[in-house]
Amino acid sequence: MKNKSGKSKNLAAGAVLLGILLLVLLVSFAYLPYDPNVMDTGAIFQPPSAAHLLGTDNFGRDILSRVMQGSQAAFLVGASSVGIGLTVGLLLGAVAGYAGGAVDEVIMRIIDAQMAFPGVILALVFITVFGTGTLNTAIALGITSIPRFCRVTRAGFLQLKTMDYVKAARSRGAGPMRLMALHILPNMVSPLLVTMSLGFASAILSEAGLSYLGLGIQPPSPSWGMMLYEAQAYLLTYPWYAVIPGCMITLMVLGFNLLGDGLRDLTDAKAR
Amino acid sequence: MKTAFFVLKKLGAALATLFLISVLTFCVFQILPGNPAHIILGVDADPLQVEALSKEMGLNLPLQQRYINWVVGLFSGDLGNSLRYQTPVAQLIADSLPVTVSLTAMALLITVVLVVPLSVYLAKNNNRALPTAISALLQLGVAVPSFWLSILLVLIFAVNLRWLPSGDFVPFTTSVTGALRSLVLPAVAISVGTTAVVIRYLKNTLLDQMGMDYVRTARSKGLAQNEVLYRHVLKNALLPTVTILGMIVVEVLGGSIIVENVFNLPGIGRLIITGVGNRDFPLVQGLVFYLAFTVVVINFLVELLYSAIDPRIRVR
Repeated sequence: MKNKSGKSKNLAAGAVLLGILLLVLLVSFAYLPYDPNVMDTGAIFQPPSAAHLLGTDNFGRDILSRVMQGSQAAFLVGASSVGIGLTVGLLLGAVAGYAGGAVDEVIMRIIDAQMAFPGVILALVFITVFGTGTLNTAIALGITSIPRFCRVTRAGFLQLKTMDYVKAARSRGAGPMRLMALHILPNMVSPLLVTMSLGFASAILSEAGLSYLGLGIQPPSPSWGMMLYEAQAYLLTYPWYAVIPGCMITLMVLGFNLLGDGLRDLTDAKAR
Repeated sequence: MKTAFFVLKKLGAALATLFLISVLTFCVFQILPGNPAHIILGVDADPLQVEALSKEMGLNLPLQQRYINWVVGLFSGDLGNSLRYQTPVAQLIADSLPVTVSLTAMALLITVVLVVPLSVYLAKNNNRALPTAISALLQLGVAVPSFWLSILLVLIFAVNLRWLPSGDFVPFTTSVTGALRSLVLPAVAISVGTTAVVIRYLKNTLLDQMGMDYVRTARSKGLAQNEVLYRHVLKNALLPTVTILGMIVVEVLGGSIIVENVFNLPGIGRLIITGVGNRDFPLVQGLVFYLAFTVVVINFLVELLYSAIDPRIRVR
């Protein structure tokens, strides 16, 4: 009940922010002001102007076009890592929560072991072994996000499997697969949506971090983290170049965090 | 008796996790393509030389023997030599450790100092204009990437105001204050995100506790609001906050890995990134294991601490 207005504000603010970013993403497929990879040595480090709304970078490339195309990398890596984490985490969590006992113990030990590695480290190990690139970044971050999905799913299954309606369905002869897929899973949608939203946010943060270190998405395809790395060398003379990609990362992470918090508050309010 | 059983159970779980971590860390690096001896000697090395070095490094032994050798090495401080630097990995880690430890300690200190007063203030004045603005700032604090914040902090405090250095770490042996000064900006950059997360957590716990019956009872007994807040509510709200302590340490460690690279600090984070860049696998393998080891030990200690504060959880 308390601060109900504040709660709907979270959801609305997140939805608006993400709506704008989605629009940028969609437009970037159809139209970019300039070719994001074409260098123009005659026009390096132009301040924002009518011709280049956000200025140009150290190679004379249009920053607006690069930022717009960078949104593709952010959404792609975010969506695929959430997809991987959700698929694997959901399966493991459902099995652990539903089966319980030794199976649960073994799965959760492995998940605990994985959680002992800070996310960045795990992604770094994966990249050391399999190499850099967009696909590997997405897989690495997907693996990193498995524990969070697994834990949420397991907790839900543990709680829901003892509910009367599930027992009733079982006594009517429903098998484990049917119980899990048709009776338990539909009631897990909202916590999973919250986890997906927050997972999206942390995947984008990690992607930016890895690309900033030169270990994520590789040039020439633009990524916001990589742009920040390039900008850092010219911090003293052209500070605006470092400001723009950072703003984009922050806004996108903020959008997904707000959306996730808003969704959670919404379902919490229903539960009360 | 019960306590001893609880401690043993937790210790067993921690040891099992450590074993799994060592197996995972070892196996992952076996997938690496290419013979490390080849990496050291170069592509056109004499095959005989490669074979001799492989033998010297124990690469021709069976897998389980190599695993055992590696684990024995881990606990005797012998992690092999770095492929790139040709120096013992243990030496490289020991050299980088002071920077990372002081950086994480400073970041944790900033977090702890800010969390309690700000959370209490926000919980007390929930729904007023200024606290709402602060809450919005906290959302921003969670979202902002620490390395971008580092760049902005350098721009403001090192370039424009010239209050603090922007990199060029001064070793502790040269000047302690100099070293601490060069750690201030990175520590702030790391702690902003964790501070924001913990404040939001503690604020919500405080609000939940303030709605409890015992608060109404204490108030109706005539206790002043502040007395109830600090004596009862804060104490009860800090309990669950202890459980996220382990998570915070992991966050701070992860944050320092990237931020050290922004400020060019010679710590664990920079060492591991150089290691990854050079595909220096004995170095990365050793670092990864020790980082995970640290996390497991911290989580174990946090569980003990929590059960000492709140004995109820031993029964569960």
